[in-house]
Amino acid sequence: MKDDSIRHPAAAREFLADRERARWHDSAIWWVRQKRDAQMAQLPEWETLRTMAEQIKAHTLSRLDEYLEAFERKAEENGVVVHWAADADEHNRIVHGLLAERGVNKLVKSKSMLTEECGLNPYLEARGVEVIDTDLGERIVQLRHEAPSHIVMPAIHLKKQQISELFERELGTEPGNFDPTYLTHAARANLREHFLSAGAGLTGVNFAIAETGGLVVCTNEGNADLGSALPPLHIACMGLEKLIPRLEHLGVFTRLLARSAIGSPTTTYTSHFHKPRPGGELHVVIVDNGRSEILGREDFYQSLRCIRCGACMNTCPVYRRSSGYSYSYIIPGPIGSTLGPSRDIRKHASMAFACTTCASCDNVCPVRIPLSEQLVAQRARAWQTGALPAGKRAAIGALGVLTRHPALFALAGKTLRKVFPILPAGLAQDNPYSRPGRALPEMPAQSFREWWLQNRKKP
Amino acid sequence: MKIGLFVPCHVNELAPEVAIATLELLEGYGLTVDYPLAQTCCGQPQFNNGDLKGADRAAGRFAEVFAGYDYIVSPGTSCVSHVGAHTPDALSKTRSRVYELVEFLQDVLKVERLPKPVYFPHKVSLHQSCHGLRLRAHATPSERMLPYQSRLERILALVDGVSVVYPQRRDECCGFGGSFCVDEPEVSVAMGEDRVDGHAATGAEFIVGAEPSCLMHMGGVIRAQDKAIRPLHIALLLTGRGGA
Ligand code: SF4
Repeated sequence: MKDDSIRHPAAAREFLADRERARWHDSAIWWVRQKRDAQMAQLPEWETLRTMAEQIKAHTLSRLDEYLEAFERKAEENGVVVHWAADADEHNRIVHGLLAERGVNKLVKSKSMLTEECGLNPYLEARGVEVIDTDLGERIVQLRHEAPSHIVMPAIHLKKQQISELFERELGTEPGNFDPTYLTHAARANLREHFLSAGAGLTGVNFAIAETGGLVVCTNEGNADLGSALPPLHIACMGLEKLIPRLEHLGVFTRLLARSAIGSPTTTYTSHFHKPRPGGELHVVIVDNGRSEILGREDFYQSLRCIRCGACMNTCPVYRRSSGYSYSYIIPGPIGSTLGPSRDIRKHASMAFACTTCASCDNVCPVRIPLSEQLVAQRARAWQTGALPAGKRAAIGALGVLTRHPALFALAGKTLRKVFPILPAGLAQDNPYSRPGRALPEMPAQSFREWWLQNRKKP
Repeated sequence: MKIGLFVPCHVNELAPEVAIATLELLEGYGLTVDYPLAQTCCGQPQFNNGDLKGADRAAGRFAEVFAGYDYIVSPGTSCVSHVGAHTPDALSKTRSRVYELVEFLQDVLKVERLPKPVYFPHKVSLHQSCHGLRLRAHATPSERMLPYQSRLERILALVDGVSVVYPQRRDECCGFGGSFCVDEPEVSVAMGEDRVDGHAATGAEFIVGAEPSCLMHMGGVIRAQDKAIRPLHIALLLTGRGGA
């Protein structure tokens, strides 16, 4: 679970205190952005695909009720049990109920940001269910009792040395062996035992197809497949925005997803689930948890197109230099910075300001969500609801007054220009702009306005 | 043709030479340029901090001050992008008349030479500022699968002797970001340092761009670190004020 009292600037300052590690984090993630670019360059139709993906999602969202009902009908015909959860708590109760009725006390889970959002793990653990995250990155952060720092690469903030130490402690691996293959094999052997002994498997859902009632789960490690194939009970949890109308639409998204997410042409496994295995059960839990409220907001409904590829994080220069843990909401980076504030602007206002408005995310997003515009729109909500720090509000208010009075405006500028150069160095450094590493601009003797009055103004 | 020069606040106070160069460049093409003294702020800081009413008031004022001009030309790409994209629909007439300097030279004047020939035998690393790049299509963003073009490169082809290079991570943000630079000073400086390092690693002597605020921010990083590379606004280069 995440500490939602985090404020981005303070957390980022802390992260950047270790500049070497921060540089490593930045380049590790930039490398994924470059892989994504290389994949894009191989598809001349890339921009067309993005537009199609945008339109399919936009269409689906405009008739979400119809598609949800169609999906439910079809899935139930196929023998899948469909559950509806209005919020996180109901989702958790449904999942726990299914486990409790069958006496299941161990659950293997593949990656699902939705269950992170709902706080499922602590809920189940408090009720005596052992939960094992089986995605390698998620397993690592679970063993560290941390939240994921990235939605696709949950442990991207960690170096192999840290993972080696963790595994030595938790799984008994050799001290000082940092070899990624060795460590992965150790995790795999350990997970295999859990897969074999678990009473149920839980997966997320990447796409749900209204036409067929099918569920599609994209992973790279095959853990979702083991988790759904070994235990007799498979529970799939999805946000209600995961729908697409027809099977023929799926290819548009699978072509974009892995390329955008990790710079691979496809995910290693794209698994389709239509009905329970012989002798098994398949349940799907469809969760609202604030989504229909976002759907109703003209400024923000577009964020529901998100397919959680993480590309906006990888391209975000602020995310790469501050890490997922600098953001108060469970989903960090650009998309988190609109989803979090949509949920609770007071708690998550600092996320909307952790952005230079460079708009790289808008251009990288495979479903063309105008993320930077959404962030600025969230700032307007912060302004309206009084979620801004008082100093910021006052400064912008003062600027408003100056804007209406050209003479005062000129005077304020001049004062700034004339006062800074004569301040003692220590005092001049004590301003919000100067930092070790960045000096104030040199202050010219004359403003342009003054120059114009002297040189160009006709009498 | 009546031209109103729009000089963003930070250029007026902190980089007056950029506004002077812009003015002289336009005058060099035989144009009469006026600088309306009643101009203040375009409202971008209010807009970006969520004060939409304040931003609309500033935009309304801006529209009044520049109402009498056929074209509004500015050396500040970011402010132009704000006026062009984020002002109320009622001001659409103002929106369509506002141009960043290079846009104006290329799209309205369609210039094929500079007023005075400029010889600048130096290597320059181009800084595509984000708002010019992604809001005003000054170049093709590296995220997109579109044919490559760059306004700044095209205008620099009119300068003799100059060689143009790009940093690795061709168009990553420098970290200025308006009030971001004081809201998130540590991230802002870290981004600025990386950007300056990227430009310096090309071996260029100058970082050339069309947005004065990014250049000012990178200039601060350069001074704090005592680096050799220098920021240079394109208007200065195009008027032979390269300072080299
Ligand atoms: S907002 Fe777009 S880029 Fe970001 S995770 Fe969602 S789909 Fe990917």
